[in-house]
Amino acid sequence: MIRFFVVALLAFAAVATAQKKSGYEFSSRETQAMQDDDAANPGFLWVQQGETLWNRRDGAAGKSCADCHGEANNSVRGVAARYPVFAPEAGAVIDIEQRINRCRTEHQQAKPLAYESDDLLALTSFVGKQSRAMSIDVAIDARARSTFERGKTLFEQRQGQINLSCSQCHDDNWGKQLAGSPIPQAHPTGYPAYRLEWQTLGSLRRRLRNCLIGMRAEAPPYESADYVALELFLMARAKGLAIDTPSVRR
Amino acid sequence: MPRLGSARSPVKCSAKALVLAAALVSSANAQELRPYQIVGDAIPQSLTGAKGDAARGRAIVVNRQVGLCLLCHSGPFPEDRLQGNLSPDLTGTGARWTEGQLRLRMVDASKLNPATIMPPYYRTRDLTNVAAGFRNKPILDAAQIEDVVAFLTSLK
Repeated sequence: MIRFFVVALLAFAAVATAQKKSGYEFSSRETQAMQDDDAANPGFLWVQQGETLWNRRDGAAGKSCADCHGEANNSVRGVAARYPVFAPEAGAVIDIEQRINRCRTEHQQAKPLAYESDDLLALTSFVGKQSRAMSIDVAIDARARSTFERGKTLFEQRQGQINLSCSQCHDDNWGKQLAGSPIPQAHPTGYPAYRLEWQTLGSLRRRLRNCLIGMRAEAPPYESADYVALELFLMARAKGLAIDTPSVRR
Repeated sequence: MPRLGSARSPVKCSAKALVLAAALVSSANAQELRPYQIVGDAIPQSLTGAKGDAARGRAIVVNRQVGLCLLCHSGPFPEDRLQGNLSPDLTGTGARWTEGQLRLRMVDASKLNPATIMPPYYRTRDLTNVAAGFRNKPILDAAQIEDVVAFLTSLK
């Protein structure tokens, strides 16, 4: 009997893993081809700009990212697969954008970059690209637990005039057509992402705001910790999927 | 003078008085929802006391900013290629449901199925984090609900 349950449980786990799909798998062939070819992927314009910024000295300290970190493909490889993380010096869970801005203010003595600015998107894509094809593996330790729970609550609560939760579309109805387009599972594997709908590269925060606006819910300001909480929950939920920054999405 | 927007008194009103009452209600306070009575799984009486206009209802249904219906539903709308399939096809809706049943499903389908993904088109309470521009406003007003009900009833 116990053996039966173990077998059943393993089978269930296998199905659950097999059914976990990156947003890439919901893209059309044309969009996938655009992403796969670095020369055609428009996100690489930001990655290249990010590389330039990585090596450029900035701020009163006159330091570049490279002065401390060296070659990005060694020093920040894997970062995008394990962020957001709890940062003791911040006393909070932070995402890559916040890490970049903490480096700027503390180590470079430079001004923080504005959310959704080309420079912040460029540096974030450059850092993210170093983790391409690596498996997402975000740790939820005791210090990150409350942020994770906050993200889970936000994901599961109905909100907005339309009265929908994220989960009702992305857990319960993924793969079905919403206004003629497949609903993905909401795994943030490739942010910042080039969205054809935007005709530009944008952050995960921007993407989350799009869904909230669609639900006719009040999108919190870009600085809100709620976005980090949602990102932490989503990244933990996406465990095992490959990072594909900069991704191209519809 | 009959109470404005009472679902129990419209039989006493002339159509003209109702139109006037509706105009007064919408200009005075767009947030004021008209009371309605649920009987079984239906709202038998019109929210406005008048029959809706099916042609206007169709226009609401296919409008992605107003009715939003085709985001989730498909139906007999050959001009619109990008329809949803999260929810039942609207073809034949009027043969499957009565007018009153459709009205309740539009007004607040959660009264029948708390887990439904159908938005409550005529409810402003018990919602969370509604965007400022939509707060205290139903998705559709009473006249729009009646127009959509008239259209759906005609889909046999």
